[in-house]
Amino acid sequence: MSLNTLKRLLGRDGSGGSGTGPLPDDIASLRGGIQSAVSSLRESEAVRSAPFWLPPFLLMGFFVYGAIGWNVIISFTDFAGLQLPTYDPTAFDLEMYRRALSDGQFWLATRNTFVLLVSFTGLSLAGGLGLAILVDRGIRFENWFRTIYLLPFSLSFVVTAVFWRWMYNFDSGVINVFLRGIGLDFLASKWLAGGVELGALSAIPLVPETLQFKLFAVIFALLWQFSGYAMVVYLAGLRAIPDDQYEAARVDGASTVRMYRRVILPQLRASTVSAAVVLMVFALKAFDFLYVMFGNNPGPTADILSTMMYRQAFAANEWAYGSAIAVVLFLVALAVVAPYLYGEYRRGEL
Amino acid sequence: MSVRDDIADQLGVDLEGFDPIRVVLYGTLVGLVAFYLSPLESGLMTALKTEAEFATSPPFVPPTADGFTLEPFSVAIDTLASAILNSIMLAVPATILSALLGSFAAYGLTNFEWRGQLGVVTLFIAGIFIPYQAVLIPLSRLWAIVNTKELLAPILDITLFSVQVPVLGTVELATHPHYASIINLIITHAAYGIPITTLLFRSYYKKLSTEMLEAARLDGASAFTVYRRIVLPLSTPMFAVTLIYQFTQIWNDLLFALVIIPSGSGPAAVATIALNELTGGIIQTFNTQMAGAFVAALPTLLVYILFGDKFAKGVAGEA
Repeated sequence: MSLNTLKRLLGRDGSGGSGTGPLPDDIASLRGGIQSAVSSLRESEAVRSAPFWLPPFLLMGFFVYGAIGWNVIISFTDFAGLQLPTYDPTAFDLEMYRRALSDGQFWLATRNTFVLLVSFTGLSLAGGLGLAILVDRGIRFENWFRTIYLLPFSLSFVVTAVFWRWMYNFDSGVINVFLRGIGLDFLASKWLAGGVELGALSAIPLVPETLQFKLFAVIFALLWQFSGYAMVVYLAGLRAIPDDQYEAARVDGASTVRMYRRVILPQLRASTVSAAVVLMVFALKAFDFLYVMFGNNPGPTADILSTMMYRQAFAANEWAYGSAIAVVLFLVALAVVAPYLYGEYRRGEL
Repeated sequence: MSVRDDIADQLGVDLEGFDPIRVVLYGTLVGLVAFYLSPLESGLMTALKTEAEFATSPPFVPPTADGFTLEPFSVAIDTLASAILNSIMLAVPATILSALLGSFAAYGLTNFEWRGQLGVVTLFIAGIFIPYQAVLIPLSRLWAIVNTKELLAPILDITLFSVQVPVLGTVELATHPHYASIINLIITHAAYGIPITTLLFRSYYKKLSTEMLEAARLDGASAFTVYRRIVLPLSTPMFAVTLIYQFTQIWNDLLFALVIIPSGSGPAAVATIALNELTGGIIQTFNTQMAGAFVAALPTLLVYILFGDKFAKGVAGEA
């Protein structure tokens, strides 16, 4: 801050700069004046900025945090059927959570949610990284390739689910027609209904006798839709790495593979983390796609917590039970997001 | 310059193309293009075929002259037209509202300095990651309690979608028994869009020159004047990114629409709901379903084709 600026600040504040100007014994009071001017400016900064951030904050806060709180309260009640909820604190209990813990459907949905979460996130990251590296190799028509790979991400899940239901069709779907066309008839399957026997493996708890393709068919279709997203995030990360690091690695005689593994990949950590968080949060709330493909009950092998929550609440009118499942879902999301936000905060990235 | 490049230069050809590694690279890239486009391509081909044709020919093969028809598209357009109009009336105001509010919030939280600011920022950003299932039941309760139609009656004496035109008087664009649920949906989408729009604008406002804003303020400009005269005009590129991203998000949403628009309310259905109903029916054939998917996706496809780079920036959270 320049001296002129300070003078103007002090002049406006009226707490300094009076009389003949800063003589040596006036310096202390001048300093005090500066501090009070700065601190009053700070205070008024909060006030001056409030008209801008406060209204959006209240609207967003009500809908996001207010609604989450309301949902938690409903999960303590017995709200069900067509009657209105009664918010009587003395009647609040954890019955709905106990019910979830003893509900086989809930555990299956939890298992499927984690299978989806882990495999979808891992595969999308790997696919996105592969695409980003290919696109970043100084190719021609780069824009075209990038645009096509990201295209599915701009479509609604309703649209992509309609396409993929057709792709997976047993008789005339693209996948089976293609497999039969190249002589791999035996691979053509009922992708949305079939499965393979697991034999001895099914002795492990929660591992089914037949591994249904359903959930993996969903994961594959979502991979098609989301790998372009991961590619965009990774490309931004790759472009942020200075060119001379590539040069240096090349001068050192490192092979391309080695260069990526030793020099480039370690610097993509931040991209990986931010893409992973977004993908995981998406996997938790993946609903539209499953709902369009299978209706509100995808069956025990593809049901996830978000579809179960919707079914319990909006189809069975078990509102309080649905709320309890939603709280579980929220806590899982929190476990993913909180460490990420804390890390960003620590590094001053927020 | 190597001898090879030298020769290539003289001949006016690019020898890069003959590098076997590049051939494999481009081969992979083109193969991936086929993978990413195959659902769309075979969908489009199917949508252009008669029923007899698509039953007998592979899905990705273009229709023959005999098997070509636009019938599926005309059925799809007839079925989806009013829902698409609803989606436009939902997505346009909700997009603008959430972008504006995000810009306000980002300005108030970035270009000022006060204690506790980071806490508020954190609450905004955490809002991006909320699984919407955690707010669905309260949302359905809220919009059951708040009667938007009655609340707006004193100030908005309409059949909402009519306009006063001089000379002609009132022109009804579409009378709409469920217009209130569209308004509820607009408010909901605007509110849940604020966290991401705030994040996008904040990443941009962080880069604005502090000296410039400081100088304007010391010249006595109010916070509002600084926003209107300096920040807002500089935000145009970010508005483009945010509007495109939000429009796509809101247009593509199914979940909020399912919960907020009363079930079975045909006239208020948005495009995603109408498409789901069109394709969920047992009688609908695949060619109509595919045509429906293209019709419902058309606005976002157009936005993506025209402004793909801006969409990509929004996706990457970049300024």
